[in-house]
Amino acid sequence: MRSVIAALAAGIVFGVGLSISGMTDPAIVLAFLDIAGEWNPRLAFVMGAAVPTTFLGYRWAFRRSAPILGGTFSLPPTHGLDRALIGGAALFGMGWGLAGYCPGPAIASLSAGRAEVIGFVAAMLVGMTAVRVLFRLRPQARSRTGQA
Amino acid sequence: MPMDTWSLEPLLVSAAGGVLIGLSAVLMMAFSGRIAGVSGIVGGLLPPVPVPDWAWRIAFAAGLLIGPWLVALLTAELPIGRPTVGWMPLLAAGLLVGVGTSLGNGCTSGHGVCGLARLSMRSLVAVAIFMATAAGTVFVLRHAV
Repeated sequence: MRSVIAALAAGIVFGVGLSISGMTDPAIVLAFLDIAGEWNPRLAFVMGAAVPTTFLGYRWAFRRSAPILGGTFSLPPTHGLDRALIGGAALFGMGWGLAGYCPGPAIASLSAGRAEVIGFVAAMLVGMTAVRVLFRLRPQARSRTGQA
Repeated sequence: MPMDTWSLEPLLVSAAGGVLIGLSAVLMMAFSGRIAGVSGIVGGLLPPVPVPDWAWRIAFAAGLLIGPWLVALLTAELPIGRPTVGWMPLLAAGLLVGVGTSLGNGCTSGHGVCGLARLSMRSLVAVAIFMATAAGTVFVLRHAV
């Protein structure tokens, strides 16, 4: 139960962060990706603040030998490249550039109840399910390739 | 684009939002030992593997929807933009994002925030590739056709 409350709190903080930073507006995201157009730097500021915050916070979190609520740290591997990682990242980028939604902002944008965003998320879930079924992803296999 | 693209306030607010996203990632790791990667968290709810730990995944996703409403309580405006493309591109984009993040084991949050913060070579390569194909796609759509 405590892990559910922690995840809810983390999700809320994440949702506030995404939405105040403009990431739930696909026009702002696409303007960042449009390097030949009128470039909008907001996404760079989001990442430029999020990564160092996480870097420092992780150093603090990893001082413990285990998570506060018990269990173990589930950490995907950091090294070793494979075709799935490279091809998957390439396809993801194409979809991101096509509409300006990545998974976090898309799910946060469901809060407005817009039919098109529900359609995007439904298509995303279909795509995820297709890969998971085709590649028979199991927990063991996922921890081997790393689920980030 | 609006005139305020380069004005200071939206950039500072964006950085503040980035700090919150980072804090969320740290919270997930410190309390539950989990990467705050949205595609991985949501993907774990999907077939074929029935997950016993679905409750925290649903809770995190619900939090993502509650966050914008909390902001709306303060600003009286839901901070959610409109899609800029039509139905067909949206559905195609959704499929690509779903297939790509499942194959590549992560998205902007898992690889982009958590992975880079762990100095992960896999995540660095993934981020470089998806940034490049995303910018390339926007370039082709906006400037080449």
